[in-house]
Amino acid sequence: MESKRITDVIGGHTLNVLEEAGALFILLWDTIKSSFKFRINVRNVYDQMVRIGIDSIPVALITAFFVGMVFAVQIANEFAKFGAGKMVGGVMAIAIARELAPVLTAVVLAGRVGAAIAAELGTMKVTQQIDAMYALGTTPIRYLVIPRFLACSAMFPVLTVFATVIGFIGSYLVSVFLVQISPAGYMETTEQFMKVSDIMGGLLKSVVFGGAIAIIACYKGLSAKNGAKGVGEVTTSAVVLSLITIFIVNYFLSVALFK
Amino acid sequence: MIKILKLSKDFGEKKILDRISLDIPEGQKLAVIGPSGCGKSTLLRLLIGIDRPTSGLITIDDVDIGLLDQDDLMSVRKKIGMVFQSSALFDSMTVFENVAFGLRQRYEFSEEQIKQKVAEKLKMVDLQGTEDYMPSELSGGMQKRISLARAIAGDPKIMLYDEPTTGLDPITSTNIEDLINKLNKEMNVTSIVVTHQLSTIFRTSDRIVMLHEGRIIESGNVEETKRSGDPIVSNFIKGGLP
Repeated sequence: MESKRITDVIGGHTLNVLEEAGALFILLWDTIKSSFKFRINVRNVYDQMVRIGIDSIPVALITAFFVGMVFAVQIANEFAKFGAGKMVGGVMAIAIARELAPVLTAVVLAGRVGAAIAAELGTMKVTQQIDAMYALGTTPIRYLVIPRFLACSAMFPVLTVFATVIGFIGSYLVSVFLVQISPAGYMETTEQFMKVSDIMGGLLKSVVFGGAIAIIACYKGLSAKNGAKGVGEVTTSAVVLSLITIFIVNYFLSVALFK
Repeated sequence: MIKILKLSKDFGEKKILDRISLDIPEGQKLAVIGPSGCGKSTLLRLLIGIDRPTSGLITIDDVDIGLLDQDDLMSVRKKIGMVFQSSALFDSMTVFENVAFGLRQRYEFSEEQIKQKVAEKLKMVDLQGTEDYMPSELSGGMQKRISLARAIAGDPKIMLYDEPTTGLDPITSTNIEDLINKLNKEMNVTSIVVTHQLSTIFRTSDRIVMLHEGRIIESGNVEETKRSGDPIVSNFIKGGLP
């Protein structure tokens, strides 16, 4: 009897996860399909690019700068013990371009942008503004989801480029001025180790993360119910699901892009 | 002409509407009444295609809207304006942007034409000069009138009102009722008012349909409904008084 209850619970949770994954892919497909079928509201996309991209620059850059410095402190000290200090430049450049910049930028933006999208759409849902949108001749996919999806997919790579540069500057400053690694050696290994494909791989990741966060946040927002409490719940779950998705997708992308 | 045939709507196990049939001729002013949770608002949501029927037919000007997807529904929705219970104004947009929203989404008007139409509709609801206000700066009654202006901006043939006077003071309620009558007269629309406010029922309709537990239990004009021998109808109309 007890084992049947356990299997029921596991089965129920599995079905819920699959149902949610299916709904997310349907929303993604509808968004892509509608992007080609209907005229895109350029003003709306531009507004979202400003909100998502420009307004997120400070938080993305501060995060990248300090993470770059922290990693440099840890790595440079250890490498210096083995007389391999100048290798820090190359190792940090690869780590930042491939992983740290795209992943940490996405993590920070999942909190800032994902939460904002889910809360905004959730509030619109529980106050009948989404219903009004249907009644006034558009759909939430056309008016709300497509601009956010395009803006996230376009602006995440831009922010990732900035984060890569700033993270690299942070790690350079710590390595050179704190750990006393030679600047020429640092730059030499950077040039030796880093390839254009490392940067392109990182940018591709950020496009995927941006699109995924937008779709998850929009889906969660549009499924809000039960007033303010419901909006709070979908906002939290949008951020949590976005973070989990970033880490899982990042593993598979890293294996596919950099093996 | 709106035709509803054996329309049912279930939410999970719960039956909200149970095989209701109704013909609403052009120009009719219909009030749909009934206690809370009897399916009145659901009927409006089905008519505009926000919710889909579990079974049955809804045709508007001979188009079966149950067969249309969200994109094809847009052409039918051009004929319909809806005022929501909570006004449902876009709270991040000004009054002007709210009223202009449907015009921008559904038509190819120039900015000048949109400005002209918005001013015209705001004048109809006696709120000219409020274009730059945010919805949060307006009273509940004013928000309802802006919602009305937004709904009529595209000159619809059918108006749906979901509890248009609920939560408003008696004077504001009377103003809204007068406004509904004025719009019906000036724009010659078919109107369906969902409400449980007695004054709204009697002042804005020429036919009353009462829903109870998902079914139509009364259909007639105001006088016929007042004289109804059905104890549920009679009790509702008398507001529970003996």
